[in-house]
Amino acid sequence: MTEVVLHTENLCKNYAGLAANTNVNLQLIKGEIHALIGPNGAGKSTAIAQLSGELSPSSGSVYFNGAEVTDKPVFDRATMGISRSFQVTSVFDEMTVLENLALAVQAHQGHSYFFWAAINKNRKLNQQACELASQFGLEQHQKLLAGALAHGEKRQLEVAMTLAGNPQVLLLDEPMAGIGPGGSKELTQLLDGLRGRYSILLVEHDMDAVFALADRISVLVYGEIIATGTVDEIRNNEKVQQAYLGHSEN
Amino acid sequence: MLLFIEQVLNGLQLGFMLFLLSAGLTLVFGVMNLINLAHGSFYMVGAYVAATVMQASDSFVLALLVALFTAGLCGFLVEVIVLRHLYKRDHLDQVLATFGLILFFNEGTRMIWGRQPLFMQVPELLSGSVEILPGIPYPVYRLVIIAIGLAVAIGLYLLINHTRLGMRIRAGASNRSMIAALGVNIRWLYSLVFALGALLAGFAGVMAAPVFAVESGMGESILILTFVVIVIGGIGSVKGALLGALLVGLVDTLGRAFLPDLLQMFISSGANSIAASLSSMGIYLLMAVILAFKPRGLFPA
Amino acid sequence: MIVLILLPFVAEAVDESYVISSMTRIMIFAMAAVSLDLIVGYGAMVSFGHAAFVGLGAYVAAILSFHINDGSAVFNFPFSFDGSNNLFLILIVAIFVAAIVAALTGLISLRTHGIHFIMITLAFAQMLYYLFISLDTYGGEDGLLMPGRNQVPFIDTADDFTFYYLCLLILVVYIFLSRRLVNSQFGRVIRGCKLNEKRMQSLGFNTYWYRLTAYIIAATGAAVAGVLLANKTEFVDPGLFSWHLSGELLVMVILGGLGSIYGAVIGAFVYLLLEQVLSAYTEHWMFFLGPFLILVVIYARHGIYGVLQNKVLSND
Repeated sequence: MTEVVLHTENLCKNYAGLAANTNVNLQLIKGEIHALIGPNGAGKSTAIAQLSGELSPSSGSVYFNGAEVTDKPVFDRATMGISRSFQVTSVFDEMTVLENLALAVQAHQGHSYFFWAAINKNRKLNQQACELASQFGLEQHQKLLAGALAHGEKRQLEVAMTLAGNPQVLLLDEPMAGIGPGGSKELTQLLDGLRGRYSILLVEHDMDAVFALADRISVLVYGEIIATGTVDEIRNNEKVQQAYLGHSEN
Repeated sequence: MLLFIEQVLNGLQLGFMLFLLSAGLTLVFGVMNLINLAHGSFYMVGAYVAATVMQASDSFVLALLVALFTAGLCGFLVEVIVLRHLYKRDHLDQVLATFGLILFFNEGTRMIWGRQPLFMQVPELLSGSVEILPGIPYPVYRLVIIAIGLAVAIGLYLLINHTRLGMRIRAGASNRSMIAALGVNIRWLYSLVFALGALLAGFAGVMAAPVFAVESGMGESILILTFVVIVIGGIGSVKGALLGALLVGLVDTLGRAFLPDLLQMFISSGANSIAASLSSMGIYLLMAVILAFKPRGLFPA
Repeated sequence: MIVLILLPFVAEAVDESYVISSMTRIMIFAMAAVSLDLIVGYGAMVSFGHAAFVGLGAYVAAILSFHINDGSAVFNFPFSFDGSNNLFLILIVAIFVAAIVAALTGLISLRTHGIHFIMITLAFAQMLYYLFISLDTYGGEDGLLMPGRNQVPFIDTADDFTFYYLCLLILVVYIFLSRRLVNSQFGRVIRGCKLNEKRMQSLGFNTYWYRLTAYIIAATGAAVAGVLLANKTEFVDPGLFSWHLSGELLVMVILGGLGSIYGAVIGAFVYLLLEQVLSAYTEHWMFFLGPFLILVVIYARHGIYGVLQNKVLSND
């Protein structure tokens, strides 16, 4: 019996009359890596933003573990266990790597209305942040300002921050963006290591990574999902070949 | 009723004067993303120069032309010498630098003209009043201010929507790097827009000189009103500036004129001072309410 | 620090007691600047109405003293509240009043961002300015004289010497508390909100309430400074709410260097000392102060404190 963690029902989003998403029905099954692919401007980022709560849908709904979360704000969904990364690296450049991770951990430990105790002496926070850092090979950079990291390392930090607080769902918006073949291989391995522990929705342009990682793939074209299936099913799907793979491989 | 019409005209007059100031400020904000606290200084320069030339030559036209030129030139120099270095800076740096400019200009005018306020005569041609409706005489000069405000509004509309320069200004407001990539010389475009804004502020100063006292620091009280206007209207939108200016002008004038009597009907003691403070607060209340519902103003650019 | 402790003795020795008075004033403003830096420098909430809270604090002190002198109650409904002359009680009331006003105005202001936030905070300050102008009981536009300084058990606040040390003590304590605050869990959340609020939300922080809390905390600091300021001059007027003072506080913070507690203190000292020194030489001191500020902006990117830090770093 497969268990659905996150799903949408007829999600639609219009910008000033232009449809960015039309009747999107996505199902993220527990433990799977589900890739969401599609040409530029197909509405992938719009879909992610609606799942994470940054955008509210024009119509349709979002469910998390069977309960509707359509109207829940971003931070509520994050603490419930839906965590996201950004296509444009959004780490805190002026904080150290460890501070970035500690901040992410802090978000999941109840409120942060503590005005007195020095935070850099908080053992529990630091320890969890260290663990995340070493998991992503960032332990030697802990004291470095995030702004001083190389681009690939920044992308790793970006993903590492989403893992804080043991979320159930990871929404990864083009984690490989701009890191080159070497870095993307490394990150693919890291993500592969997360398989089974988290349910991951992966938006990605790097097809090697998608085919290496995805359990299932959904293809979004002009705001609509035209196919969902295993890697092989998608490869052999005529509609997909026509609409998408056809373009990119010619 | 007659009084009401007169007060509405007064409100429109204040509104159009505010529009002259806000149009330039909102463009500078929208196009260059620059907070300029010293915008009121150009207004002050315009007023001082006009009053001085008028006294010396007795010619209003000459006073107007010299004042416009001086205000525009001041704007141009300030842009080239100081503000050019600050476009890419944080808004806070701009606040500090333009605060410095205010100190400089205020003290400068004091050094040149002294501490006593100047007064400027209304030009003879415009000094009478006309009956706008039977039984309502109204000063010609104030009507002229309204007419000029309208003319400038139309002129700006034509400039921005129907000329090549206007097209560049609009493009610059929406996408800075794009217009630079297209090869438009952004430096001079900025200088030009800034000088134009300063010139309009100087224009407002000339118009205001016969109505208010010309004194050092006169720019700041009106500057605050101007900021209220462009925030209500939506920063970067000239249309918003026009609407915001008229709203602020009317609310302020009508509030001051009628609120005391209105309140007197309900409470007897202390109504006057409460009404006075309420009517002074009016525009700020208006702004707070508008921002509470539309955090980016009426016409977000 | 040591200079500040010894200064009064030196001043006394050379018979320049006005120095004590002006240094007291500077320390009070330094405190207000630090409180503003908490939201501007650490939280990127640029308030152009911070003087309103200084004004509120000052008026609390003046009004409570006024009533104790007058023998009447401040208000009788829903409970009776008498005036007071006890500095501690007054500080508590001032903090309480500032917190409530900050909470109410902050609820609306914090819905906006950037320049709109600057303007809406200004608008609220202007409203308070006109409100206090209309309070005829408390002097309206002319302001209100205090019957004397508020009292603290065992010490004589009326003595400028003693009052200087009282202000110094409060400033030092306030700096200490502020440093704890910015280095706490809460402080890091506020810094995060400044750097990238959207990311903070996606991490799971309800940033609105954190920012509101910071706004309230800053307001209470300004109110304490206001109480001291009223006690120093023994006079309050609506000018305390004016945007001029808000602007000057901002200038002190930016001049000193944003986002550092010591920077705000340095900014207040440099700005007010410059003002005093220049005005001793020329009536037209602003003519020189203005360009100086512009030069600081163009050439000293992170304020005076930033320049000092860079010097130290490059010497290492």
